[in-house]
Amino acid sequence: MIIITAMSLPFLSKKPLDLPPIVSVELIQITDKTNIPFAPKAKKIIEKVKEREKKLVSEQAPPKITKKQKPDAVPLPDEKIDKVKKIKDDKQNPEKIDNEVKQVSEFEKKNLFDPNNIAALIDKSKVESTETKNKTDKVTQDQEKNIDYKGLSLSEEDALKAQIFGCWSIPLGLPFNEDLLVRIKLQLKPDGSIISSEILDHARMNKPGQGFYKVLAESALRAIKLCQPLRVPSAGYERWKDLQLNFDAREMLEG
Amino acid sequence: MLFRYLLLLFFLLPVKSFGLIEVDITRGNLSPLPIAISPLSIDEQSKESFKKILKKENIGSEISLVVENNLKQSGLFNPLDKNAFLQKPDIANLKPRFEDWNLIKAQALVTGKVTLVDEKLRVEFRLWDVLAGKEMMALAFTTVPTNWRRVGHIITDKVYKRLTGEKGYFDTRIIYVSEEGPKTNRIKKLAIMDQDGFNNKFLTLGNELVLTPRFNPTNQMVTYLSYFRNLPRVYLLDIETGLQEVVGDFPGMTFAPRFSPDGKKIIMSFAEGGNSDIYTMDLENRIVERITNHPSIDTSPSYSPDGKYICFNSDRSGYQQIYIMNSNGKNVKRISFGNGLYGTPVWSPRGDLIAFTKLHKGKFYIGVMRTDGSGERLLTENFYQEAPSWSPNGRVLIFYRETKTNSKGEGFSAKLWSIDLTGYNEKLVETETDASDPSWSSLLTN
Repeated sequence: MIIITAMSLPFLSKKPLDLPPIVSVELIQITDKTNIPFAPKAKKIIEKVKEREKKLVSEQAPPKITKKQKPDAVPLPDEKIDKVKKIKDDKQNPEKIDNEVKQVSEFEKKNLFDPNNIAALIDKSKVESTETKNKTDKVTQDQEKNIDYKGLSLSEEDALKAQIFGCWSIPLGLPFNEDLLVRIKLQLKPDGSIISSEILDHARMNKPGQGFYKVLAESALRAIKLCQPLRVPSAGYERWKDLQLNFDAREMLEG
Repeated sequence: MLFRYLLLLFFLLPVKSFGLIEVDITRGNLSPLPIAISPLSIDEQSKESFKKILKKENIGSEISLVVENNLKQSGLFNPLDKNAFLQKPDIANLKPRFEDWNLIKAQALVTGKVTLVDEKLRVEFRLWDVLAGKEMMALAFTTVPTNWRRVGHIITDKVYKRLTGEKGYFDTRIIYVSEEGPKTNRIKKLAIMDQDGFNNKFLTLGNELVLTPRFNPTNQMVTYLSYFRNLPRVYLLDIETGLQEVVGDFPGMTFAPRFSPDGKKIIMSFAEGGNSDIYTMDLENRIVERITNHPSIDTSPSYSPDGKYICFNSDRSGYQQIYIMNSNGKNVKRISFGNGLYGTPVWSPRGDLIAFTKLHKGKFYIGVMRTDGSGERLLTENFYQEAPSWSPNGRVLIFYRETKTNSKGEGFSAKLWSIDLTGYNEKLVETETDASDPSWSSLLTN
């Protein structure tokens, strides 16, 4: 025992190892303390652009003062006829009460919604849609209206997706098992360039503990900027002038 | 009743949708992010002073080079060629001309400056989002001039975290076993270096065989195994003070001591009466506690980051496989079921994965699986490789790989390699000598 102890002692009392020192590094946030200016050249460019924008606004002719007319848009032929009819009706029967606004008793209401009539209503809607299909291919104002309410076609959506896939560098450090979905609402010009972009859950950006969300949102915004003008359909601007992109990297991150 | 009919009508009648068009973007590119690292600007006076102190021509360029190399090594960034830069480094005091950086396709930009203040090195740097045209981060560091490489690593960590969302792993060190001499008579020393291979230092002389150094996850302490008079001993080494102490002599073969997540215990396996089981030792009172008690060979224990579970390998099923159990040894569950033998399981610091070495049909693989054993992915395959160790952010693994010898016993080498979780970014980690058994430290600066 004594021998073992004697043998171990010199080893235990070994001189400390000569190791490279770990020197502390002081860290200071300087973002708030400084507001560094633009380079002189860049400043000039920015000022020029601003002036040009001002000029453009002032050079525009002031809007013509016209007498206020009630209908802003030219009514469709059908609407015109309806209006004329309505006026006539009003004149002929000033005391006539419209059925739609007529108050009815509970009993009468029941009669109004006769279940037997539902089938008829459905059939009617079917007939109407078939009629629309059978109409001529010529784009009428009515058809244009119908297009406005539809989404993008599959090929249009695929083209847009493919473009953004190429621009979006996914931050690979993000966890795949967290609720990370960034929704961005875009306002687009007819050529697909961006008028404005708005993160719908913007409040999450600056919340503590939402660092991952912020990184993802910034990467999504970069992708949109890098991609613009977006590959949008050549027609139907009214349909897609407002667009929402939902960026979800979970599938990719999970591998 | 009436309400029901109304509801039915609502759904059945053709209603025009006025909703906003939504497009789901579920895929993106995984190519590295183009980033411009502008050399840090430096005034003439500071430049001359640093030249005298550090023998470096332009310390600003040197620091930015450290950042550039780190980001490139990560595989997630593509630092752009400096020759393509249209703006000079003097932009440190000004907002960049974003259109110039847009032209060379940079999505992020790092600018900054170096000055000598009261004999200290002061570095200011800013990270810019080129496409958004805004500042993302601005920080200043002050330290002794000789610490300049660390400043480069710290800047990289900050940039990495800001752009990827996860902590970096650049201001870290790697401890490993340095190997020299013929395969039959290797001299093995303990060595430490920065994660990029610089500042290499040997910690032992090579008189005794050293094995399996492992970092404490909470500080700069290391535990390792060394043979003293043919008896395995577990040591503790404090990297900051250089002091080391013997934790204890253990009977029979002792394997792979490793710290618990709080750094208060060491977990290891040793053989008693020919049976290898897992034990823990409390570093304060040196009390040893037996965790497994099974006639099979249980080795390579590793704690989960929350300390609640332990993964280890055992041949209790007849073949070497990976198991997990509660930290008190209860509720043992086998999690690996693939073909081949599994060993050296290591729990990721993020807690989501377990890295392992797999031997199948004469080839060695480094792979990862989820903690329930699902989603096994083999990241790299080779003649012989083992001992994966996680980077502190759980994104990269470092391991060692040996080469075959020829018939004369020549051509043998052991080198450190790293691979990230994608499996694509495999890199050789340069070391002065042959190297094995690497272990990655936690971040030096949090």
